[in-house]
Amino acid sequence: MNNRTESPLIHITKRKAMAWYKAWGIRLIAVLIALVVCGIITTLMTGDNPIAVYATMWKGAMGTQRRIWALCQGIAMMLCVSLALTPAFRMRYWNLGGEGQILIGCLATTACMILLGGKLPNPLLIALMSVCAIAAGAVWAVIPAFFKAKWNTNETLFTLMMNYVATQLVAYFIIIWEVPKGSGNIGIINQQTEAGWFPVIGGQRYMLNIIIVSILTIVMFVYLRYSKHGYEISVVGESENTARYIGINVPKVIIRTLLLSGAICGLTGLLLVGATDHTLTTSLAGGRGFTAVMVAWLAKFNPLGMVLSSFLIVFLQKGASEISTIFSLNQSFGDILTGIILFFIIGSEFFITYQLHFRHSGKKEA
Amino acid sequence: MFDFISFIPRAIVQSVPLLYGSTGETITEKAGNLNLGIPGVMYVGGISGVIGAFFYENACGNSAANMNAVLAIGIPLLSCLLGSLLMGLLYCFLTVTLRANQNVTGLAMTTFGVGFGNFFGGSLIKLTGSEVPSIALSATHSFYSKSLPFASSTGAFGKLFLSYGFLAYAAIIIAFVSAHFLRKTRTGLNLRAVGESPATADAAGISITKYKYIATCIGCMIAGLGGLYYVMDYASGVWSNDGFGDRGWLAIALVIFTIWRPNWSVFASILFGGLYILYLFIPTGMNLSIKEIYKMLPYLVTIVVLILTSMRNKRENQPPASLGQAYFREER
Amino acid sequence: MDKKTAAVSMRNITKTFGTITANSDVSLDIYKGEILALLGENGSGKTTLMNMLSGIYFPDAGQIFINGQEVSISSPKEAFNYKIGMIHQHFKLVDVLTAAENIILGLKESGRLDLEAASQRIRNICDTYGFDINPSQKIYDMSVSQKQTVEIVKVLYRGADILILDEPTAVLTPQETEKLFNVLRNMRNDGKTIIIITHKMHEVEAISDRVAVLRAGRYIGEMKTSETNAQEMTNMMVGRPVSLNIDRPEPVDPAPRIIVDGLTVRSSDGILKLQDVSFTANSGEILGIAGISGSGQKELLEAISGLQAAEKGSITYISPDGVHEELLGKNPLDISRLGITLSFVPEDRLGMGLVGNMNLADNMMLRSFRSGKSFFTDRKTPWHLAEKVVKDLEVSTPGISTPVRRLSGGNVQKVLVGREISSAPTVLLTAYAVRGLDINSSYMIYSLLNEQKKNGVAVVFVGEDLDVLLELCDKILVLCGGKVSGIIDGRHADKNEVGMMMTRLGGGKDDE
Repeated sequence: MNNRTESPLIHITKRKAMAWYKAWGIRLIAVLIALVVCGIITTLMTGDNPIAVYATMWKGAMGTQRRIWALCQGIAMMLCVSLALTPAFRMRYWNLGGEGQILIGCLATTACMILLGGKLPNPLLIALMSVCAIAAGAVWAVIPAFFKAKWNTNETLFTLMMNYVATQLVAYFIIIWEVPKGSGNIGIINQQTEAGWFPVIGGQRYMLNIIIVSILTIVMFVYLRYSKHGYEISVVGESENTARYIGINVPKVIIRTLLLSGAICGLTGLLLVGATDHTLTTSLAGGRGFTAVMVAWLAKFNPLGMVLSSFLIVFLQKGASEISTIFSLNQSFGDILTGIILFFIIGSEFFITYQLHFRHSGKKEA
Repeated sequence: MFDFISFIPRAIVQSVPLLYGSTGETITEKAGNLNLGIPGVMYVGGISGVIGAFFYENACGNSAANMNAVLAIGIPLLSCLLGSLLMGLLYCFLTVTLRANQNVTGLAMTTFGVGFGNFFGGSLIKLTGSEVPSIALSATHSFYSKSLPFASSTGAFGKLFLSYGFLAYAAIIIAFVSAHFLRKTRTGLNLRAVGESPATADAAGISITKYKYIATCIGCMIAGLGGLYYVMDYASGVWSNDGFGDRGWLAIALVIFTIWRPNWSVFASILFGGLYILYLFIPTGMNLSIKEIYKMLPYLVTIVVLILTSMRNKRENQPPASLGQAYFREER
Repeated sequence: MDKKTAAVSMRNITKTFGTITANSDVSLDIYKGEILALLGENGSGKTTLMNMLSGIYFPDAGQIFINGQEVSISSPKEAFNYKIGMIHQHFKLVDVLTAAENIILGLKESGRLDLEAASQRIRNICDTYGFDINPSQKIYDMSVSQKQTVEIVKVLYRGADILILDEPTAVLTPQETEKLFNVLRNMRNDGKTIIIITHKMHEVEAISDRVAVLRAGRYIGEMKTSETNAQEMTNMMVGRPVSLNIDRPEPVDPAPRIIVDGLTVRSSDGILKLQDVSFTANSGEILGIAGISGSGQKELLEAISGLQAAEKGSITYISPDGVHEELLGKNPLDISRLGITLSFVPEDRLGMGLVGNMNLADNMMLRSFRSGKSFFTDRKTPWHLAEKVVKDLEVSTPGISTPVRRLSGGNVQKVLVGREISSAPTVLLTAYAVRGLDINSSYMIYSLLNEQKKNGVAVVFVGEDLDVLLELCDKILVLCGGKVSGIIDGRHADKNEVGMMMTRLGGGKDDE
């Protein structure tokens, strides 16, 4: 070893705290850099000029009134799933089973519509659909939660596996209910009678979803921040030992929270089938169960912040998918762009939590 | 009578991608990194191999006769390793250097990796101007699937033990070597310490960053081979989008199933492979829907195992203690 | 230069963490073949300074010389190269590995991994200095003092010539401490350089050749141990004259408050933690509990507070107006619903008593958030309580909305104790209430406990420093391996006798 006197080039320390607007500023910068990178990649793939790429993205998401409504619907659904996962995440319970919980909600809704459509008055049918979907989602979420509470079974993988069980269950029923036989599709359910279809509000079939999710956002914010349940969730998430010490029944809180989490996933499924799609496929959840994990995490599990982060993600998804269509690239190009943007945002969190000090100079930030 | 002679080889070929994935993930997890991006890495490994093979086949006029065996195997192999290595570096840069949340990074990598695979798969399909949505690299396949000599002349024995491509045997060798490495070597001991208690390993003079990077990158490269095997051998050189399916997640489940022991994984992956295709071997008659229920089996078994291991709760069978957590030396 | 070259010289060392200055312009020399005691209150920067020698932290400014040569130590590995080894207060051992595996961890030896050869070398080192460990035993099966031995052997195995021990005796019995000191003396005579971080005066006097004192991150001075005394060192440490006596008021009208009878507790993996424990805690008295750490103290307090299920026995609570209640089988919520205010200051302050990431007010709420019928929490009352605690106990904090994790150890403890006594308890259980606290904070805690005692509270004080137990408590219960080794009067107890009782039942012959 020779004698060196210099200090390491870069020195990292943890920040004390950062004002929320600065933190969002850093995230915004990350998104902008990510967009530049995406633009460059797209230009390389298509040879088109980058401005045209961004214009396409913008048009894809906001180009027409119909698209704006579709964007809002996308945000509402993404937000709904994120809201569902949030109480669990606050408890440090990694519910990666959103996908399955939504699908089970979809399945329960579909079952009611197919089996009882026309046999019950519509309001009663809708009420029954709602109850079934919400209950189904809750049950699906509570199975892993029960084992977590009782034996501390790893919930990350358990919930993940439950997704596939749900997918196969849906696949099973699709074959049973397929119309016509052998098609592998259910088609639009109750197309003639519209039994179990949710009422259209203000001439916009997405309006109902948007209203429901808006209310839910505020309720969830208040629930987590001001209610005794919300406080219990935070304590359990921070330290189970502390929770036990002050007499919180930890298994009860885990199960109660996951009932809620699953119920909202079930609600998402209900809205997807009952209010908008009126059909059932194995891919109806569309990866939202996973994307919502990132949406919720980006907003640091704050329901109001999630409005912003789900807007960001859905906007980018729609834009990226428009790019693939216009420049006749494969639809998966959107996934690549989404992935790149996520990497940048994930990386940017470092600059919010930590501070870099370079040798010689005092403080600097990247 | 259940046809074991044809069932077991099918189960084994199903098991190989899972074995690669779980061996890679085990090494990664032993360094304290829970890489949920493995499904994405396996896609990238597969498509990188396909890209390499595609251009080499085209350069040789799509005929096996013009192709050099070493290059036909080597080019896809190297491009596969390179692709998965880059994914590993990306994961490490985000989670180790930038200390990002491992779950979120992993999920984003899976989104990205699956998209990457399908995008380039789709683009290559377009390049060939083919009608069907898949690329067939049958020439490369013929090199990858060469079985051992006497495979067909030794009857059931040959079919059970000799009929696989070299990547299948490599998977088993890599799994056993990894198990030996983790338990019996100095570096393996250091690696386990990094995953159990990075602060301790750091104080003992082990470079946490270096170990995490190398273990994760090697883990990703091993997992990537699973993707390559799937396309080149199992799927007869045919890339179809989303064809690889959810095997990546099963590979991660297998890590827990085998309680972080790659040598157990050799047998456990065959069990999983068997469960994965069992529905093809159970006579269901006209009832197609019931097959969908049988397809749940591997997932249900994983769930049962998860529950059982958590109930037994033995000290040696626990995940590495720092799994999922970033390490920051000056945490105060 | 008439002096020999220093083995280690630190010159003008400065280190800051954010806005906190841990060390400021510290210069220090340590010579070969001597034991230096580095003395200072908690937060005075002793550990930080030594961490810069062992490569955990890197100084912001200043120089380090080893045997006269300037060096830069930016990682623990480089520290090993300079033959510096540190035994940390929190052991750096991997639980699931064996002693031998831990000892050879990270070594760059050539050849295959040969645990047998390593074990042989370990046994040789043990023989040389008089240690006793089994190289193939898993760490999680070891007692605290065995773990510490592994740490020391680990450093010696690497051929360290400069050993740094950070509060090595905090977890040892007097007998184990004496054994350790003998080993350290052997090493000194062997030519090794030893730095021992401590804040216990009598240990400084017993072991060190020289003392250096730090205060608030600054170097205050040094002297030969033979030429100073405890009072002088304490004054230097604190910066003003302090009285070292702990108050012990006479109990007023003691009456049985908690009667524990035949309590037997098994851990979840079937190990007997408490066996047939019986005693009475009186109101208006402080009952001390002595014992090697892990002798069942934790289980005992947790059983009383409803966190630990018991196999046999009973715990009876007698309220000031004479009502008897059985506490076993009830959880903390049940107990508080009975109207019993039982306060508990657990050992793990931030992991059990408080939530590190929550602010002071939210932590005050931990005990009270259920009050009221509303679905929502009351935020005002805890906020006022936090303000009161901050004012009454002189908690130094930027504000009520600061996460408690950011406070120093002493202030964290004040927040916790302040919350626990705010509910006017009838029983106050404390586990290692002054561990890691500086002298000022410790004395504040003692006087708070005495105040509770005067109010007629039954105080249970689990402690590790026998000097404190003997000065503070009215009665002392000694635990040994989960059994009651004896209950003695605090005013007439002898330190050595208590030490013996901690290792052997009844303090007599070896009858385990």
